[in-house]
Amino acid sequence: MTSAKEVVFKPLFDNNPIALQILGVCSALAVTTQLSVTLVMCVALTSVTAFSNLFISIIRNHMPSSIRIIIQMTIIASLVIVVDQFLQAYAYEISKSLSVFVGLIITNCIVMGRAEAFAMKNPPILSFLDGIGNGLGYSFVLIVVASVRELFGSGSLLGFEILPLVGNGGWYQGNGLMLLSPSAFFIIGLFIWVLRGLKKEQVESAEFKIAPHAAHSEEGAF
Amino acid sequence: MSSKDTVQKTLVVAFLLCVVCSILVSGAAVILKPTQDANRILDRNKNILSAAGLYDPAVTPDSEVTELFSRFTTRLVDINEGRFLEADEVAALGINIDNYDQRKVITDPSLSEALSKEDDLADVKRRALYQMVYLVEDQNGELETIVLPVSGYGLWGILYGFMALEGDANTVKGLSFYELKETPGLGAEVRNPRWRALWPGKKVFAEDGEVGLTVVKGAGAGEHEVDGLSGATLTSRGVANLVRYWLGDTAFGPLLKKLGNS
Repeated sequence: MTSAKEVVFKPLFDNNPIALQILGVCSALAVTTQLSVTLVMCVALTSVTAFSNLFISIIRNHMPSSIRIIIQMTIIASLVIVVDQFLQAYAYEISKSLSVFVGLIITNCIVMGRAEAFAMKNPPILSFLDGIGNGLGYSFVLIVVASVRELFGSGSLLGFEILPLVGNGGWYQGNGLMLLSPSAFFIIGLFIWVLRGLKKEQVESAEFKIAPHAAHSEEGAF
Repeated sequence: MSSKDTVQKTLVVAFLLCVVCSILVSGAAVILKPTQDANRILDRNKNILSAAGLYDPAVTPDSEVTELFSRFTTRLVDINEGRFLEADEVAALGINIDNYDQRKVITDPSLSEALSKEDDLADVKRRALYQMVYLVEDQNGELETIVLPVSGYGLWGILYGFMALEGDANTVKGLSFYELKETPGLGAEVRNPRWRALWPGKKVFAEDGEVGLTVVKGAGAGEHEVDGLSGATLTSRGVANLVRYWLGDTAFGPLLKKLGNS
């Protein structure tokens, strides 16, 4: 039986949904240009994952397997709409900059993946904690990516100026690449590299081996 | 087959789930609607004030926005005739000015019109026949500020904003955008206070009566020229186009000239 502590903390480094499972990368590209927006997205995704896991786990023994996926989707979609409505009511500015990406939590692979892989087989409280843990794992990567992108792209963190931009009369020339989506790929790539360098067990075994060049030595000798 | 996989059970579970979820979703939408509407109006008012140079997010608290905005009167303009509608005309059209939304009526053929290709400089496809503008008058009833709604296609989507002019309907007071999809740090810099500070004082109309106000690369020294944003050529062009369209002869131009002469 998995313990609650393990369920919450394992997804942070040992089984990170983005770095190891490579799920939910799409939104990691889209919402990480500003740290404040990222934080709200992280809270939204964590709460959706946690509650969808909870509700799915509660009714898991009554779920007909023929309509299992559509039930999961309905629950996730309803939760996402509720979260979106709350953001529009209480965090209007940020909900404007998140625009469609809140709605796209519905299609975020982490939510669906945890519902299907964990909540269908485990009791409600543990599933809820698993949702929190995976949400935190996602948040951790996003916050790292967003900090780098906002700092080097716009010279600020959470909107506070750290490196004064040339455009605002300072000395720092913002790195335009950081503001475009591909930079998130590079940062996530580097993040995975560092993580697998520190935790060797995450390195996947090679799927094939490159054979040595057999003909080389004879050709060289003539 | 286990008991949970019977047809009956499947239908019952599906039905109950739909009922519970729809109650949850509609409940949240209904309960939160007043707060959301208040946010939307506050946000719009802030942007109107911001265009007129009366609002600074760093110093003006939300509580003052309503008071500042109370100086503005909202009027409907018939954009084809270039004149303000009187209260009885507005009533005859069946429009309630408090909840009229000129961006929503774009889908209503009786309240909006399609733009021909050569007219549609700002690439907005359709426009409302009746546009909401916001006026400030001084104690003598003289026009002090007029704020016009503007919109136009940039790089990724339509930019929506407000343009404020002085009482002479020719001098720019400010330009603000409240909704855009431009790239953060590049095109979205149209919101940067330093760039927006280039606009006040510029003149809209050239000697020949055409719209002279535009966004150019480099210089931007003349009284009609604003320096473009570096790294955001298409957004700058979009802004130049929307200015030329909305202040031009096929949109607010005739009204502005009338106001300027009086």
